[in-house]
Amino acid sequence: MENVPCYHCGYSCNKQINSENEKFFCCKGCKTVYEIFLENNLAHYYDFQQTPGATPEENKGKFDFLSQDKIAEKLLEFNEGNTQITTLYIPHIHCSSCIWILENLHKLQKGISSSMVNFTEKKVRITFKSSEVTLHEIALLLSVIGYEPSISLDDYKAGKNKIDRSLLYKLGVAGFAFGNVMFLSFPEYFEVTGFWIEHYKTLFRGLMFVFSLPVVFYAAQDYFISAYKGISAHLLNIDVPIALGILVLFFRSSVEVIFDLGTGFFDSLTGLVFFLLLGKYFQQRTYSFLSFERDYTSYFPIAVTRILAGNKEEIVQIYEVKKGDRLLIRNQELIPVDAILMRGNAQIDYSFVTGESLAVEKKRGNKLFAGGKQLSGILEIEVLASVSQSYLTQLWSNVVFQKEKNASFKTITDRISKHFTIFVLLMAFSSAIFWLFIDASKALNVFTAVLIIACPCAIALAAPFTLGNLLRIYGKKKFYLKNAAVIEQLAAIDTVIFDKTGTITTSVNNEIHYHGVVLSTFETALLKSSLQGSNHPLSRMLYKSFEEVESLELTNFKEFIGKGIETRYRKTTAKIGSYSFVKNELKKHSFDTAVHVSFNNDYKGKFSFKNTYRPGFLNVFSDLGKNYELAILSGDNRGEAVYLKENSPKNTQLLFNQRPEDKLRYIAKLQKSGKKVMMIGDGLNDAGALAQSNVGVSLSENINTFSPACDAILDASKFNQISKYIRASKSAIQIIKYAFLLSFIYNVIGLYFAATGQLMPIIAAILMPLSSISIVVFTTVTTNFIGKKLQ
Amino acid sequence: MSVIYLLLALSILVAIIFFIAFIISVKNGQFDDAYTPSVRMLFDDELVKEKKITQPPK
Repeated sequence: MENVPCYHCGYSCNKQINSENEKFFCCKGCKTVYEIFLENNLAHYYDFQQTPGATPEENKGKFDFLSQDKIAEKLLEFNEGNTQITTLYIPHIHCSSCIWILENLHKLQKGISSSMVNFTEKKVRITFKSSEVTLHEIALLLSVIGYEPSISLDDYKAGKNKIDRSLLYKLGVAGFAFGNVMFLSFPEYFEVTGFWIEHYKTLFRGLMFVFSLPVVFYAAQDYFISAYKGISAHLLNIDVPIALGILVLFFRSSVEVIFDLGTGFFDSLTGLVFFLLLGKYFQQRTYSFLSFERDYTSYFPIAVTRILAGNKEEIVQIYEVKKGDRLLIRNQELIPVDAILMRGNAQIDYSFVTGESLAVEKKRGNKLFAGGKQLSGILEIEVLASVSQSYLTQLWSNVVFQKEKNASFKTITDRISKHFTIFVLLMAFSSAIFWLFIDASKALNVFTAVLIIACPCAIALAAPFTLGNLLRIYGKKKFYLKNAAVIEQLAAIDTVIFDKTGTITTSVNNEIHYHGVVLSTFETALLKSSLQGSNHPLSRMLYKSFEEVESLELTNFKEFIGKGIETRYRKTTAKIGSYSFVKNELKKHSFDTAVHVSFNNDYKGKFSFKNTYRPGFLNVFSDLGKNYELAILSGDNRGEAVYLKENSPKNTQLLFNQRPEDKLRYIAKLQKSGKKVMMIGDGLNDAGALAQSNVGVSLSENINTFSPACDAILDASKFNQISKYIRASKSAIQIIKYAFLLSFIYNVIGLYFAATGQLMPIIAAILMPLSSISIVVFTTVTTNFIGKKLQ
Repeated sequence: MSVIYLLLALSILVAIIFFIAFIISVKNGQFDDAYTPSVRMLFDDELVKEKKITQPPK
């Protein structure tokens, strides 16, 4: 059997099947997409990138809710006459081929006028004519070509969020004014007295004054607002000396110009605001394709199928589901509410909730919790509680989700600015008083000069550029932070808490162990062939582990849903399945997930499935254990307690059977005793703990799929790098401190000129940009150096 | 009347034109997505090429 990558999706496939035009496909789905593209002259899709596609999943009825006008309308951002615009989130967007095909949608479907991809946000904005095509048809078309849009409850309630571009406008205004003022102040830099300058200086200075007005009153307004807020909260934040500096610069320059005393400092003023806004812009840019604010609504569906009396089906919006309703859950659909299983074979995958990858089997009459995904066939369930009242979703009514996180956190810049402001004010007053005795006419001049030169532009830039650059470096190493402040929080951590399932264990690989009598070659072969026919997730997994074994032709195969399978080969009968099924005894209480086997009613043993721990997890623990307090909070039973106890550092706290609220409370308790807690989790059940902790890190196998609200998203492959990230964050704080020192030296030099009464505009105009630029260079170079040490 | 007034007026006029162009481009959302246009720009050329290949004269 020769394997080649599928031409469409790149998945390894058997060469013999599904070939077309000497191209090979792993399945019918991939081949169909290829044929669609070929038919519409879009085969160019495969030229930009090799194997760019995704296998389309067949989920008939998944987008049925879009045929309801009331729901579809909510997803349109523009809806007038015959022109409709919608923006859909498509997780699969990942390469230039994706952009190309999605922007050529109009060739595939009549009625679509245009489509535009935003690659970084993984979104496509489609303009279409509702008379020719519906949103439902567009969603189906996208699914068919392997670009299934993800439409969740979140999209339903979300208002049209406006993009805030005010910072860009301000930056534009400041840059425009800065350039023009520099241009106008140039003549006076070189020629202070001369006839020519005497003749035109009034005009030049007047123009500079005009240019500075929008800078002070528009571009710099955030600094005044923030300084005012700080003072009214009895806080001397960094914006207080900045606002003071800007005001003094503006008033002194205006007075100088109006009374013809000098040129003023308009060049420094506009330059200062421009550089400050540049720093702000640098820090503000984050990862637009990731969302750090997700709650259950971005995962739950918009609508479900309700069964009415007389077996009629109806699509109903999820908030309208009431207790007592009967719902129909199809294969691969999510159970949105707590319910009781009425009919069907339930294989529920709770991996999004707990991180546990093995599906749980449920029988008729069992309770199903919201958040699970049905894996096999159709279910009928009776609702026990509405969406917001379900066990899982209740977590979001906790106050943790209402208040803004870390609102009281004082950044390193704010801490230093308090001392700095007091120092500057003291300096300004004492030099003014000193000059009152020497030369009273110069006192006011010196006073304002000190405030101007001490304006902490460089200090204000140190943190944004250091943290902003490190944020970008982390992003390249697949550690995505919500904002730059998280780095400061990360540096202050003293306790690290892990979730167990899905976090320190991986959900990708499961270890399979056999306990019992050794099986003969024949028995193994029979076992493998028996498993071949079963679709149970455990069977599939066990089947895959027997790659080298030959298959047999079975004479009989019977599957007992929810119990196991019984097969026959010649005279041997094999029974594979649950303990009670194989041994005809009631199951003893057992912690592990296992498949039991017997041949001719002779019990042989069991295959137990165990989550494997992530590679490097022992190193992470021993590494972190040296400097941090550790704890593991698990929602599971104590099955792994012994192993974990043996392999983790001595003081590690191990807690089992933790409900989501318990995890949250445990962290709150630690914080009350003064600890700074970092929580690393993965599922929805960790959402509360992630929100409560100082730094909540969500570990994700695929960063595009799903992660609960958090401060940072870490790619699972980088799990063993955690301690390095913390260390790098600490170095970043050191860099900021050195940058403070550097800018302080500049200030001392400037203060010498200011306090001795010889501050010329040109000195200010040189010193200010020089200090700012050297800080930017220093922080960028050093953070890049730290970044090199990360893997 | 010196030529400097004319030059000054012109230079400020040019600066204002560019400033307005910047504001309009921000308003139109040109700065919202800084990546996709860089890829999209390369498509058009190749598309023309593709048309030539896929429609050979019969």
